[in-house]
Amino acid sequence: MEYFLQQLINGVTLGSIYGLIAIGYTMVFGIIGMVNFAHGDVFMLSTFIALIFLLALTQVLGLGSLAVALFIVLLLGMLLTSLWAWAIERLAYRPLRGSFRLAPLISAIGMSIFLSNLVQVTQGPRNKPVPSVLGEVIVLTGGDVYAVTLSYKQIMIVAVTVMLLVAFWYVVQRTSLGRAQRACEQDRKMAALLGVDVDRTISLTFVIGAALAAVAGLLFMIYYGVVNFADGFVPGVKAFTAAVLGGIGSLPGAVLGGLLIGLIETLWSAYFSIDYKDVATFLILAVTLVFMPSGLLGKPDVEKV
Amino acid sequence: MAVNAAPQTRALAPTRIGAALKDALGAALLALGLAVPVLALRTEQNMSNELILQPRWGYVAVAVMLAFLARLGYLLAPALPKRQRTRARPRGFGRALSMALLVLLLVYPVLALAITGKAGAIKWIDNFGIQILIYVMLGWGLNIVVGLAGLLDLGYVAFYAVGAYAYALLATSDPVKAFMAEWIGPGFWPAWAFWICLPVAGLMAAFWGILLGFPVLRLRGDYLAIVTLAFGEIIRLVLINWVPVTNGYAGISGIPRPSFFGLPFTASDQGFAAFFGLEFTPLYRTIFLFYMIVCLALLTNWVTLRLRRLPIGRAWEALREDEIACRSLGINTTNTKLTAFAIGAGFGGFAGSFFAARQGFISPESFTFMESAVVLSIVVMGGMGSQLGVAIAAFVMIGGTEILRELDWLKQVFGADFEPTQYRMLLFGLGMVLLMIWRPRGLISFRAPSIFLRERRMVRAEAVREGRG
Repeated sequence: MEYFLQQLINGVTLGSIYGLIAIGYTMVFGIIGMVNFAHGDVFMLSTFIALIFLLALTQVLGLGSLAVALFIVLLLGMLLTSLWAWAIERLAYRPLRGSFRLAPLISAIGMSIFLSNLVQVTQGPRNKPVPSVLGEVIVLTGGDVYAVTLSYKQIMIVAVTVMLLVAFWYVVQRTSLGRAQRACEQDRKMAALLGVDVDRTISLTFVIGAALAAVAGLLFMIYYGVVNFADGFVPGVKAFTAAVLGGIGSLPGAVLGGLLIGLIETLWSAYFSIDYKDVATFLILAVTLVFMPSGLLGKPDVEKV
Repeated sequence: MAVNAAPQTRALAPTRIGAALKDALGAALLALGLAVPVLALRTEQNMSNELILQPRWGYVAVAVMLAFLARLGYLLAPALPKRQRTRARPRGFGRALSMALLVLLLVYPVLALAITGKAGAIKWIDNFGIQILIYVMLGWGLNIVVGLAGLLDLGYVAFYAVGAYAYALLATSDPVKAFMAEWIGPGFWPAWAFWICLPVAGLMAAFWGILLGFPVLRLRGDYLAIVTLAFGEIIRLVLINWVPVTNGYAGISGIPRPSFFGLPFTASDQGFAAFFGLEFTPLYRTIFLFYMIVCLALLTNWVTLRLRRLPIGRAWEALREDEIACRSLGINTTNTKLTAFAIGAGFGGFAGSFFAARQGFISPESFTFMESAVVLSIVVMGGMGSQLGVAIAAFVMIGGTEILRELDWLKQVFGADFEPTQYRMLLFGLGMVLLMIWRPRGLISFRAPSIFLRERRMVRAEAVREGRG
């Protein structure tokens, strides 16, 4: 029982990170119907940005307070990752909008290859061990054989995720930007006729997605304590699976999917086989798409002939 | 209006330059923002394994300058006059070009030998010739699935892996060796293993193509791409983790090399060189492998061209254009899709077993998602459905990245620790993006109709209605 509880805690922590990345996939797919293959690598890039600023603040500038440092890193990371996503959208995707259907997909795959290799070339191929942050744990139940622990990291990850999701929900549901976004999602041409600046809305969608991925990047770096240039692909595919499982295009679905994928992954590793944990994710992805293409909370895709 | 136009543009010229400068400054600022963390500060481990930062502001300055100049040049470049498309190309131009390329291909080993000598020729034939031709073959194989049937497959490397592992496992398995030695003779299996396993590997891959094709019959477009990606990754993960059979990450080594129809390429008395009274050199094997992959690739091409004329080929193309119309005309879409998957996968399997035989060693590292992405991008960049375009795209993309290995003179420009090869994939990714922006339809975007009324007219790809599938 204690073991299960511990896995539950770990799964929810991991799931919040996946959920944050998944929102980027689901929003972009909802608005321009494209799988943004480079999103996983934008996330990976954000882990490096976070690491570099953390080192710069604590080592070079000698900032004493960790909380302040993390807060600054978070803001800078969101800013610069958004800048990257904005530039990628502007240079690699916008010229291809309305073009041949496969062109943006290939362009996105090219961008993904470019980003991971850029980080490899500029930062080197080796794993980067991150200085340990927030290592303390709280012992919840001190069982005889197995103590259930909750670390400060995990509390922070879940708390930050919940706060951001509330803020994000507010933006989408209550602001004019969110309204423009939902309008573009339903009918881009009609939205443009009614005075919505479609290009700007799409750019902002990419920016918001990347900002959330940057938060996920910082949390991921703190949680795992190691970053690598190749860390974009697998978390990216898992977050995409989360988006699909929750119903692609649905924002609550992305969060729910993220939590489910996090839980399934931890429980699968704990009870079945740690080697095949990625196979579990890929199987869920395939099975969901084949048998339930609209996911848990998505709207069914009606095709008009 | 037309009268006023000329003086106005002259008067606007200084403002135009000013605007361009402003715009380029913006681009430079953007480049600064993008470059600051990842390029300016490199994380390095010091002696006590702690990460420290190494500032490299020089690189940032270069990147910013480059962005500025590139944007300025782009904005101020005199608008190139739009070239009129040469509609009336001489009849059979594509055919003549293909024949010329084919002849060049056939004499390529001789040319390489004549120009670079024996020592250099192996490298040129192997790294350039064989390497590019493997991708040409994979591109043509995938072209059946993506280009003809319009089924977007991002997991093609799975079939390549099935082919490679089928050959490697069969050829190195002890029971098979013992069985063959007992029933036919001790020398038989080492000499003929490749020739027997090649069709087996192709069939095995085709079987897997059908197996993985069944569940995805209902899916289209991006969803299909994602599911095939998932299948490809599952196969790779199984190859990694099923250690008793596949030996995991360590891979399989000691795979028998192909023989010249029973004559091994060794220095022994029964070898190829001794049999024909030649002096032994490893060059013969390389040349033989080169012609073998030429034959395999041409076989793929020939089968594809023939299939396009059969009812099944027409059904594929109809399926690509419009699945619903296709079904309402009574075409069995299940069979049509499965045959496309199976035949495409089968050629992937052939290429895989050739790859295993050429390398003599395989491991799951060779079958990552990146390979699928590269092959798919070759097909799309070549212009979907165009055989010649796929070959040109493979040559440009693979040859272009391979040539970086030869650019040692760059070290004199950028310093001794400059390693051109590490920029291979970086430039590959950038090339993909730029090529897509330049020609979203691929290099050869004309399509020869396989069926026509009275006159054979090339169709601009933009004019072909895109099926959504």
